[in-house]
Amino acid sequence: MRPKMRAATLAAGALCVALSASACAGAGGGNSAGDPNSISVLMVNNPQMEDLQRLTAENFTKETGIRVNYTILPENDVRAKISQEFSSQAGQYDVASLSNYEIPFYSANGWLAPLDDVAADPAFDQDDVLPAYTASLTGEDGKLYGEPFYGESSFLMYRKDILDARGLTMPAKPTWDEVADIAAKVDGAEPGMKGICLRGQPGWGQVFAPLTTVVNTFGGTWFDKDWNAQVNSPKFTEAVEFYTKLVREHGEAGAAQAGFTECLNNMGQSKTAMWYDATSAAGALEAQNSPVKGKIGYAQAPVKETTSSGWLWTWSWAMQAASKKQDAAEKFIAWASSKDYEELVASELGWAKVPSGKRISTYENPEFQKAAPFFEAERFAIENADPKNPGAQARPAVGIQFVGIPEFAALGTNVSQGVSSAIAGQGSVADALAKGQEAAQKVGDKYKQP
Amino acid sequence: MSTLTPAAPQNSGPARSTSPTALNTGSRAARRRGKARMDPTRNNTAAGIAAWLLALLFAVPVLWMVLTSFHSETDAATNPPSVAANLTLDAYREFFGETSGVSPWPSLINSATASILSTVLVLLLAFPAAYALSIRPVKKWTDVMFFFLSTKMMPVVAAILPLYLFARTVGALDNIWFLILMYTSMNLPIAVWMMRSFLAEVPEEMLEAAQIDGANLLLILRKIIAPVAMPGIAATALICFIFSWNELLLARVLTGVVAGTAPVFLTGFVSGQGLFLAKVCAAAVVISLPVLFAGFAAQDKLVQGLSLGAVK
Amino acid sequence: MTTATARISRPGHNAANPSREAKSRERALAWARRAPLLPALVFLILVTQLPFVATLVISFMNWNSLSPDKTAFAGLENYATVLTDPDLRQAIFTTILLTVSVVLISLLIGLGLALLLDKKFLGRGLARTLLIAPFLVVPVAAALIWKHALLNPTFGLINGVLTWVWSLFGSAEAPQLDLLSQAPMMAVILSLVWQWTPFMMLILLAGLQSRPMDTVEAAQMDGATPWGIFRHLTLPHLRQYLELGGLLGAIYIVQNFDAVFTLTAGGLGTANLPYAIYQTFYFANEYGLASAAGVVVVIGTIIVATFALRTVFSLFKKEAAR
Repeated sequence: MRPKMRAATLAAGALCVALSASACAGAGGGNSAGDPNSISVLMVNNPQMEDLQRLTAENFTKETGIRVNYTILPENDVRAKISQEFSSQAGQYDVASLSNYEIPFYSANGWLAPLDDVAADPAFDQDDVLPAYTASLTGEDGKLYGEPFYGESSFLMYRKDILDARGLTMPAKPTWDEVADIAAKVDGAEPGMKGICLRGQPGWGQVFAPLTTVVNTFGGTWFDKDWNAQVNSPKFTEAVEFYTKLVREHGEAGAAQAGFTECLNNMGQSKTAMWYDATSAAGALEAQNSPVKGKIGYAQAPVKETTSSGWLWTWSWAMQAASKKQDAAEKFIAWASSKDYEELVASELGWAKVPSGKRISTYENPEFQKAAPFFEAERFAIENADPKNPGAQARPAVGIQFVGIPEFAALGTNVSQGVSSAIAGQGSVADALAKGQEAAQKVGDKYKQP
Repeated sequence: MSTLTPAAPQNSGPARSTSPTALNTGSRAARRRGKARMDPTRNNTAAGIAAWLLALLFAVPVLWMVLTSFHSETDAATNPPSVAANLTLDAYREFFGETSGVSPWPSLINSATASILSTVLVLLLAFPAAYALSIRPVKKWTDVMFFFLSTKMMPVVAAILPLYLFARTVGALDNIWFLILMYTSMNLPIAVWMMRSFLAEVPEEMLEAAQIDGANLLLILRKIIAPVAMPGIAATALICFIFSWNELLLARVLTGVVAGTAPVFLTGFVSGQGLFLAKVCAAAVVISLPVLFAGFAAQDKLVQGLSLGAVK
Repeated sequence: MTTATARISRPGHNAANPSREAKSRERALAWARRAPLLPALVFLILVTQLPFVATLVISFMNWNSLSPDKTAFAGLENYATVLTDPDLRQAIFTTILLTVSVVLISLLIGLGLALLLDKKFLGRGLARTLLIAPFLVVPVAAALIWKHALLNPTFGLINGVLTWVWSLFGSAEAPQLDLLSQAPMMAVILSLVWQWTPFMMLILLAGLQSRPMDTVEAAQMDGATPWGIFRHLTLPHLRQYLELGGLLGAIYIVQNFDAVFTLTAGGLGTANLPYAIYQTFYFANEYGLASAAGVVVVIGTIIVATFALRTVFSLFKKEAAR
């Protein structure tokens, strides 16, 4: 009898707790969701966003009285949730972190509200925003649909000390052949250190972000201007084979699963001497507690047939068209992308953590220049990135490391599976690209003029 | 006379005319007898050692997770693993929102609410259903069982869209009660299947004998069915609780800023651009604690099964 | 053989209209039996069948969420794509391989563990808790631990232990595994077996503890060997629990998504059906195609399960005579 009584009391107790808790949860929810002075923001969990979340209550909410409820998710998850939310205009979130990839076609579908009010505000100073971003976030109708939170291009990061010890110098604008050469020479410079770290993880935004820039500078392209797929063309193939060979010979272990974080880890732990990736990585490498602070040199994204090859990317704020709190949302966006916010971060967390890469004034700020030794390289990379003309031939759609069509996410990810397999040594580049060509042509056919 | 027959049907055993009233007094003595006979200490040391070795082997990833949660982020990512690295509570501080200003408590409370209420609901629905499929089976109970199972054959990810659209239309997005409904329907088939198997253990002769003696339903439930089925009910409740607590996909899609559950909160730490392992480990440790307690509580009931030997 | 009800039958009543009275009593009896089942059944029908019908309807549509103006009825086009697409066919094969290996291995290990835990020894409760621990960790966190803390070729525990063990023997060149790149299926299977063995163990343990001990005692008194007891008494009793664990485990592991998503992102041939559907939904935004894939999975699983339950499994057979 006793065990049953215990079980019954346990169950009853749990029920009471649950009911009272649900009452609390429900009550709390009602207040914040329906409250006109609160907005909901859905964003990716990059460090800059996490800092934003940290600083909101004490600053934005205090000043304006608007409470911000955040939902933070990893990139793939947040993309999925954003796509579902915005395509159905569910109205659960007022603001979301989108990129210069989605904003053009999301706005074309009418899912976003224009941010002209924010841009028109002189305090916001839209002219201070790098023109490349303003252009890439403008919709077909000429209205601005996104405000950048931070921007990045890509460049080559290398260990100055390791190269010096070997008597090597890295030119400011290296070619890929030079980089491969140096990688071979510094491979194994320290125990466990590899020559270079390059992404290999499947995903259109993982391996194909750097790889597409390599394809561009080798003279290849995903589609020619008539939407003929060029995935297994000689130049594209050459580029992918070069990349695969470099990674397999002098790249990190487990390259087929290595994404941004793995390479960041490797670089920070001195497991690699060079790394070609996003300029935003430099902030983490030059942070206070980074083991390699001060040891990194920065060179432009390696080229071959073009004069530049860095990509262009920005995580931006976009407002859902179905949002019922557009005024409050606009205030939030104006604050998060403002100069004041950058200075706030600088004073609270240091200049290296500022969400940079979007404002000219930041680059010209001497304190930022001191804390971010990479600022010149970064600014040069961003200003020389041309989404309309990134390679050796005309393109049918904008985008440097992506093709600005909705189908590219699936296409790029699809083809990347084969490339990752090749990097893992389980399949040939030729096969991967042959399959990729088929898939790409299907997409191209959809866009060809009848 | 030896009762050792190959493939002896488990429910029969030698005919025992145990009347319901004799149940209580007979059990304790029989339990003692059963224990003494069943477990010569000699066997148990070997079994104990083997069990402990396997337990440690299985627990290594979990123990490593706990250890990593007490390391700093850079220490958490070194090779060979730095077991002796400095211990720090930084990861836990981050989890509890010291630096980010975001408290995990709302999501933990949401998880608790959803899991407990859905498990209670599942048990309330599943027990009678299992009863109707085993002890007093309906006609075509096999078809019913199959139907229950078939509801779990659709991958959740494929069915999410209609659920999302429906919830959006009726305004049930970001609502904990909708989530509870979903979890109940998610766990109900498994609960019915499991409980049916356990209820099927109840010996028929005892039920008949009890009815002949005029016992009413409540008495039958308490004295005959419950002792046999308790370990099964405990196992079922524990499993349903675990599945609800750990569920991620539905929670991520159907909730927003209010009804987010603990696993969704945890994935928020998985950064694509920074070190996150210590934080995720800390989050996983804290989030696993309630389930651990539930496991402890349910173990009691599982152990109760030892008394069964005497009931028969 | 009908079991007597708790109601006392009145001999006098039947004399007047035996057949009608008997029939209505039969019907009342049948409904009394069905009644406890109805709440669960009705609830489940409402909550699962309506979405299923909706998914079915969507599967006949050509619906890409990024081009909402091009939504149209597409007939069986999506099904044709699902059945001919080589990636989806590979996903089917992967799913089968994953499910069969994980279920069989974890059943085997779970059986061994349940048998061990059935015996009394020092610290059994603690050992049992440690063994359930893998099942308690949030699956996505467990997958992350496996990916970053254990299997990572540079920083992982497995390679770290190998290095350490080899260094004990004075060698600095320990073999370093890179399961995630070289044998990704094994990595996924390993992490899933680790996670699901406790589930099997729980079911089998509960089954072990519900077996009649009197026959075992009698057999022991008669001098039967432990192996004999196991083979002739324990195993037949456990058979239905093994089948239960196997069936339930299979249903869950077919649906498994977190492990593939986190460990390998579906790369290197490890994409199983739920992951492929997820990709179709969220990367390609092809709602119609993904729904069709879901329906195909349901139909396929129903066929396999029907076959399994009717022939291989005894779960239903012996009870049918009741």
